[in-house]
Amino acid sequence: MENEYTITIFSENKTGVLSRVIGIITRRKINMDSISASKSAIKGIHKIIIVIKVTETQVRKICAQIDKQIDVFKAFYYDNSDLVYQEIALYKVPTEAFYQGDTVENLVRKYDAKILRIEKKYIVIEKTGHQEETEALLEELEQVGIYEFIRSGRVAIVKPMERLNTYLKKRNIA
Amino acid sequence: MEIKAKKAQAPKKVKSDRAKTNSKKAKAKISGAEAVLKCLLKEGVDLIYGYPGGAIMPIYDALYDYQKKIQHVLTRHEQGAIHAAEGYARATRKTGVCFATSGPGATNLFTGLGDALMDSTPLVCVTGQVYSHLLGSDAFQEVDVIGCTTSITKWNYQITDPNEIPEVMAKAFYIANSGRPGPVLIDITKDAQVGLLDFKYKRTTKIRSYFPLPEVDSAQITAAAKLINAAKKPLILSGHGIQIAEAHEVFRKFVEKTGIPVASTIHGLSSLNNDHPLYVGMLGMHGNYGPNIKTNQCDLLIAIGMRFDDRVTGNLQKYATQAKKIHIEIDPSEINKNVEVEAPVLADAKDAIVALHKKVKKKTYPSWLKEFRACDKKEYRKVISKDLAKLTSGPIKMAQAIKEASDQTKGKAIVVTDVGQHQMLAARYYDYSDKNLWISSGGAGTMGFGLPAAIGAKMGRPQKEVLCVCGDGGFQMTLQELGVCSQYDVAVKILLLDNNYLGMVRQWQELFFERRYSFVELENPDFVTIAKGFGVEGHTVADAKNLKASIKQMLDHDGPYLLHVTCIKEENVFPIISTGKAVDEIALE
Repeated sequence: MENEYTITIFSENKTGVLSRVIGIITRRKINMDSISASKSAIKGIHKIIIVIKVTETQVRKICAQIDKQIDVFKAFYYDNSDLVYQEIALYKVPTEAFYQGDTVENLVRKYDAKILRIEKKYIVIEKTGHQEETEALLEELEQVGIYEFIRSGRVAIVKPMERLNTYLKKRNIA
Repeated sequence: MEIKAKKAQAPKKVKSDRAKTNSKKAKAKISGAEAVLKCLLKEGVDLIYGYPGGAIMPIYDALYDYQKKIQHVLTRHEQGAIHAAEGYARATRKTGVCFATSGPGATNLFTGLGDALMDSTPLVCVTGQVYSHLLGSDAFQEVDVIGCTTSITKWNYQITDPNEIPEVMAKAFYIANSGRPGPVLIDITKDAQVGLLDFKYKRTTKIRSYFPLPEVDSAQITAAAKLINAAKKPLILSGHGIQIAEAHEVFRKFVEKTGIPVASTIHGLSSLNNDHPLYVGMLGMHGNYGPNIKTNQCDLLIAIGMRFDDRVTGNLQKYATQAKKIHIEIDPSEINKNVEVEAPVLADAKDAIVALHKKVKKKTYPSWLKEFRACDKKEYRKVISKDLAKLTSGPIKMAQAIKEASDQTKGKAIVVTDVGQHQMLAARYYDYSDKNLWISSGGAGTMGFGLPAAIGAKMGRPQKEVLCVCGDGGFQMTLQELGVCSQYDVAVKILLLDNNYLGMVRQWQELFFERRYSFVELENPDFVTIAKGFGVEGHTVADAKNLKASIKQMLDHDGPYLLHVTCIKEENVFPIISTGKAVDEIALE
């Protein structure tokens, strides 16, 4: 059964690592739902987070193949219940929309969103949350009119204490 | 230590000496191009296959001064260079090296890279690249080689600074030939080749994110030994990993202690001699009847250094579901990839076998072995006796030619094949009687592999007879490398089995596409004239009665030789496990 899995990959910060990792996923014609990369808490080690919808067997095999790339330390996969995760979404809506009654204001309150910038022609709203939440706000804003929408890749922290540390210790790295 | 001692005795002199060497060193910067060659020497490389061109010219210029230390073989096509490097690597267990220029030179390597990755072959390929300031500008002969080769290399890297060369080259050799071996490509921009550096070389022994050699886990060994000791009908599947780990001796001892029958994958051929009493034949699509049937009747499979390729397993849902499985494998991503196993052993084949040997009981399985021999009889009656039926006139049977060559070389030649029917028959009918005799394109199935790989194998092990078995289709994909045989006097013996067809595709069209022979018939050139044009001796044998003498003539010839064998036009390779069928649905006719 397909499920949403979050793969976290710890790697060297080198050109080409990301394309190696992505290639392993795309060669199976799996579309990635989200991807993000940044430094990790361990100095010099990079963290890539990818979200895909696949079966557990698939994600296990994908992780094993990512794992064996030379510049990858370790790849882990998690179920959503193992994670604390967030995405950030930005919405550009016509300023006019705020003149017409209190719809937009109510939305901002309801969704606990933030106004980032007010211009004559448009207002930029920010909302962090899970995809369902940012999606729901998008749907409502579409009713009043929206110019632009963008959502970031998922960032996630795993609930179990990071397995990488144990792993690196075992290998005498960190 | 020595310097210290000198210092104590005559400090002043040493100081001035040192100053001298320092200033000398400061002047003695070398070019990136020369550094590449020095790295190769440090890694013990004495043979390179390659083809020059614009972006790699500085390296070739440096090579001009190094040709006494490193032999360079100019192939006729970059694909020839990389397959030759593969053949060399497979025959010697050393890392094969090849050079190519940027753009088309590099793209011509891709087939070989994919092939080497599939068949775990250690290569270091160096490609020239345009100047770094031109990267991404669609410059002349610029191709994004790193981008293109990411999925067909174990590792690749682009060097744009000459100072990176020693460290990256050291890493390349370490990665290529450690753990599960594979191809590494190093792309070096022209400015990095002409730029200068202080050369210091240190071989790589560790990369912090890479763990090539897992330590044998004693719990896994205990679990595996327990299954082995309890088994009533066990079967060993021996794979390429035994050859790569050079585990032939320990493997044979292990087999003899446990008494377990051994079936081999195609790349496991010659991991145990064919005439060993416990050897029961080859697995897979065109393998032997017994090992395929018995795969679905055994109670324990012990897979060593193999990866349950679909050509071995047939229909996975019906593959050995009754059996428990042990999988000894060095690449963790192969474990539970195609077949789920009860007892994985993540280790080098040799280490695992040695550890396992101590924990297994001495046993024999006479009645189980008899079951294999009964299968052999059936296969002999239905297939082998027909394939080997001695024809006395007219066109020749492919199997007959291979068997004759096998007999005359006493089963001790290195057999390098191309891809197709002749390949399957060479796997089936050559009597492998020494270790590491089989070199073929198994995973990728690369037509055109045969001749250049045979060249590499012969140059790697010149004392061995190297028999290159080709079909008329694949041979024409890389026959320009006959020029290499001639120019460098590489004495490969080419057994060209010509049936004027792309035989394997024709067989499939016959069996599975209602004999609709769609573009498989060839109008062939006069192969012997072509060989002679290249300076390679040869002749045609068209009549079965002359086969024996012809093969002798080929083998007796001092130097490369082409024996063009006119074969029966339509022959099928049996047995066959058709697509979607289970291993025990193997058809004998």
